Amino acid sequence: MSDTVIQTEKLTKRFGDFIAVNEISFSVNKGEIFGFLGANGAGKTTAMRMLCGLLKPSSGNAQIAGFDIYKQTEKIKQSIGYMSQKFSLYEDLTVLENIRFFGGIYGLSNTQISLKSKKLVDELGLQQEAKKLVAELPLGWKQKLSFSVALLHDPKIVFLDEPTGGVDPVTRRQFWEMIYEAAHRDVTIFVTTHYMDEAEYCNRISIMVDGKIEALDSPSHLKQKFKATSMDEVFYQLARGAKREE
Amino acid sequence: MPDKKMRTILFLLQKEFLQIMRNKSIRVMIFVMPVIQLIIMPLAADYEVKNINLSIVDHDHSTYSAQLISKITASSYFKFAAYNQSFREAFILVEKDKADIILEIPVNFEKDLIKENKAKVFIAANAINGIKANLGSAYLASIIRDYNMELRSKLIAVTRYNPVPVIEVPSSNWFNPLMNYYYFMVPGILAILVTMVGGFLSALNIVKEKEVGTIEQINVTPIKKYHFVIGKLIPFWILGNIIFTIGLLVAWLIYGIVPVGSLLLLYVCISMYLLAILGFGLLISTFCETQQQAMLVMFFFMMIFILMGGLYTSIDSMPNWAKIIAKFNPAAYLIELIRMVVLKGSGFKDVLPHIIKLGIFAVVLNSWAVLNYKKTN
Repeated sequence: MSDTVIQTEKLTKRFGDFIAVNEISFSVNKGEIFGFLGANGAGKTTAMRMLCGLLKPSSGNAQIAGFDIYKQTEKIKQSIGYMSQKFSLYEDLTVLENIRFFGGIYGLSNTQISLKSKKLVDELGLQQEAKKLVAELPLGWKQKLSFSVALLHDPKIVFLDEPTGGVDPVTRRQFWEMIYEAAHRDVTIFVTTHYMDEAEYCNRISIMVDGKIEALDSPSHLKQKFKATSMDEVFYQLARGAKREE
Repeated sequence: MPDKKMRTILFLLQKEFLQIMRNKSIRVMIFVMPVIQLIIMPLAADYEVKNINLSIVDHDHSTYSAQLISKITASSYFKFAAYNQSFREAFILVEKDKADIILEIPVNFEKDLIKENKAKVFIAANAINGIKANLGSAYLASIIRDYNMELRSKLIAVTRYNPVPVIEVPSSNWFNPLMNYYYFMVPGILAILVTMVGGFLSALNIVKEKEVGTIEQINVTPIKKYHFVIGKLIPFWILGNIIFTIGLLVAWLIYGIVPVGSLLLLYVCISMYLLAILGFGLLISTFCETQQQAMLVMFFFMMIFILMGGLYTSIDSMPNWAKIIAKFNPAAYLIELIRMVVLKGSGFKDVLPHIIKLGIFAVVLNSWAVLNYKKTN
């Protein structure tokens, strides 16, 4: 039980008549890389925003890092990292200023901030760019930087919303290496993606169709179950049944 | 724990200042705008009406009428547009916008004045520009009255008999003895400047974070809502004070206006006002989704704040319903406060009621902004 870091029970979000997320129940274990798949408009981002405390659920229950999704949102926020679809660091601040700011508001001490800044810059190979405005960085580097900033305060869980959208294959590869490394340190990774090769990298995958979770298992089990040779095929078989349009 | 809270706010402040100082348009807004506005606006926006085009129709052609005309044209307010033969002819000039006022002197003006002790002249003003017409006729009437007095004193000297007792009403203008319009306008424009800069900067700021998407990253942190709002409020509060200081310097260097009252008190007023207007901007910011929306909403309120703030038109002469609206206009209090302290030299006790009202605005608007800023939707 102590190994479960995300636990949802019939979690639902309605926008008027529209049910964006329909009674999803699942659990994610500590240190797991959990892939959250689904076609556009299937409800992935809405579900993720509820888990991050950005959106109030309409009904159902969930516990994130042992905290209640309704009553303890601020405690949840201290224990999670989040990287949104849209790049959301400050473009008019430098790399170091961004690190300092986010480190600071998560309550890191000055020594922690300077240690982590140095480590982060070294790991990403950003020594030359550390004092440049983030706006000047190429997209791939920005994404790697936001992932590192999301990990700055040693969260238990990191939510990544399509982190590799629009990024070149080499950088994507590096990005996933960073994800593996974080998971190795027992950080739980909750990631949405449209790339099926990335799906194969996950420990377990859920596939959402029209607001519901239609499949949840490891990639190999899913392929067996759907008699498919690749995750691509599994996804096609499930997503074809979708009635909702984008 | 209080240390930790302070630290969060300090990090927010540091970030805001870095962003503000990197933003070129904000730098221009802070340092160039107040100077240019204060140099241009008071010189142009002047209540005094000059260059009134006067057309004269003299049917009398007498010594007295000639005297009256020369007295009028000697004044700097009137420009002699034409000397017409008939009222009809003069009226055509008005229609063509070449004359603003017609003065018609009837036949027998001199004769009536001497024999019957009274005579009539006729003034017709083009009231399309109401202020020009009103003030022009008033100036003209006062010159004619003056002339009348002169004549009378001459006639009295001869007859030693005054048929009509005359009450002369001399007036003196307190606090602005020379009726210098800069004294009146500059403090008001200073108030408007602070209102505009403070209001727009704060209204656009949180919305910008919404537009760019950085607010998402803030919303997933455990930062408190009031920390975030305070982190936005303080930098703009300091900026507002800087702009006000630049404005005061311009007023002193260019117009020679030195506040009669205490400078410290003036800063107390402006500080309290800034809290109110910035709170208002932040509140709008929490309601809007895009900078365009915020801009339009703020513009709507700015028009009301400025036009109903007593800068151009006196609030006392507004209809009752408008006075009630003006009571909810924080800019009206500031304009009055600045004029009170700068021109009248009012003390703390005089301005306290207004400062308390501004304080209420500040508390209500900022709390509302904190409540309306939603980290979780």
